[in-house]
Amino acid sequence: MKTYIQNFKKYRFLLTELVKKDVKLKYRRSKLGIFWTLLEPILTTIVLTIVFGGFRGKSDPTFPVYILSGRLLFSFFSGGTKAAARSIRTNSSMMRKVYVPKYMYPLATILSNFVIFLISLIVLVGASIIMPININWHVFLAVVPLTVMFFITLGTGMILATAEVFFRDLEYLWGVITTLIMYCSGIFYKIEDMGQAKRTTSMLQTIMDWNPVYAVIKNFRCCVYLGVAMDYRALFYSCIVAVVLTVIGIYVFFKKQDEFILNL
Amino acid sequence: MEKQDIALAVDHVGMKFNLSKEKVDNLKEYFIKFIKKELTYQEFWALKDVTFDVKRGEHLGIVGLNGAGKSTLLKVIAGVLKPTEGSVKTKGKIVPLLELGAGFDKQYTGAENIYLYGSLLGYSKEFITSKFDEIVEFSELGEFIEVPVKNYSSGMRARLGFSIATLVKPDILILDEVLSVGDAQFRKKSEAKIQSMFDQGVTVLFVSHSLEQVKRICDKAIMLEHGTVIAHGDVMDVANIYNEKLQQKKQKKKRMRRKLNQELNEQAKRSREKQKNN
Repeated sequence: MKTYIQNFKKYRFLLTELVKKDVKLKYRRSKLGIFWTLLEPILTTIVLTIVFGGFRGKSDPTFPVYILSGRLLFSFFSGGTKAAARSIRTNSSMMRKVYVPKYMYPLATILSNFVIFLISLIVLVGASIIMPININWHVFLAVVPLTVMFFITLGTGMILATAEVFFRDLEYLWGVITTLIMYCSGIFYKIEDMGQAKRTTSMLQTIMDWNPVYAVIKNFRCCVYLGVAMDYRALFYSCIVAVVLTVIGIYVFFKKQDEFILNL
Repeated sequence: MEKQDIALAVDHVGMKFNLSKEKVDNLKEYFIKFIKKELTYQEFWALKDVTFDVKRGEHLGIVGLNGAGKSTLLKVIAGVLKPTEGSVKTKGKIVPLLELGAGFDKQYTGAENIYLYGSLLGYSKEFITSKFDEIVEFSELGEFIEVPVKNYSSGMRARLGFSIATLVKPDILILDEVLSVGDAQFRKKSEAKIQSMFDQGVTVLFVSHSLEQVKRICDKAIMLEHGTVIAHGDVMDVANIYNEKLQQKKQKKKRMRRKLNQELNEQAKRSREKQKNN
């Protein structure tokens, strides 16, 4: 354990360099640079608001913020896990020549996605100011769901990174699964709107209750959108999932990491 | 006293690879093969029971025919591969001068890559900053240091990689063949730098096919064949054994060729006789 910590300290600079590289390079080649991070969610939110706001039929001036808060958080989850899954393979040439603790690659990938996500939260701040949102001190509690989401993404990312070394087509499968998770995460609809009596609604409700990503999004919205206390059942559940996923992720990764090079 | 002088101890190292006839690297094929029960692996030991010590300041040459396990051994020593059996103990900093600039990012400029590559080699930020000018000067890149590496020539890339990798005096230096970096002038400079490291008493591991180079640089040598050490000792003795092996291989080839020729001749003769009889 002690040697692990020492090793981490030695390579801490590498971690910051890798994160910096990802963030820098992501936007270097585009003229709009980092503004893409801001522009992209604005545009998609406009589209989603027009489409799904029309479906709802009710006029709700705060609905864009509702969509934005869910979408930003979800895109961190899906982007982070997908990038982490690929991280071992994209860095395989490096891995074959220099010894570096291997967890650096998925960790750096997820951290850089997290940084980009935090930057994109500026959009949410802007939208909350423009639109009539009830903002109070609960906003500061948003740190909690963000942290939980980080660890859910980290754990899932580590598991996927390990699995993808051995099964390359997992990438496509995971793409399908994330889409499925997206539809069950209440990003552009409110489950309350869906007509209580229908059987499909109650089924969706059950799925969403067990969806840890939705649990985090729900609590995030409590903090930044509704300005009320968090749902403690959802908080408790998502925390447990985050811890379990992270532990499994680290365990699987460390158990299999010596075989990576043989399979790349 | 004896023990302190050992810079590198390779202890009963074995490295096993699983060779499957067709590489299964996706779920779809895995399931199909799993159901058909075609998931068979062939074990292959690239290294088996390799044991040797290198004393501090010693120059060890590693020779062997193609596929003898030299590169695998170097990778195990550098820590890139973890051995299936046994252990490798090293003292001090290892710098492998293999495939220079492999850790570069093409989109990054030379200056940014100095930090990235330096951090890959485990240097601290302060250290790289303090040595930055020295690196740029040694690599002779000048203004090009602000240009993305994708626009570099392969010589420029190797020069930069060499300059970063040789920044610190390593305790153990791993060389694969003799470096031919950049133009004649830079090659001279890089050889001088390596020579100065030699003079400072660095431990060297050197892999080469050229016996001349090994004899020139090393004082001790080991010879690998099919993953096992078959000779270990003074460089001249090992070189002689290696030479013998090479000769044997050549003779074997010659003999095979002769045999084949004979058979062909006989066949030709027989068919000629048949034609005559007809």
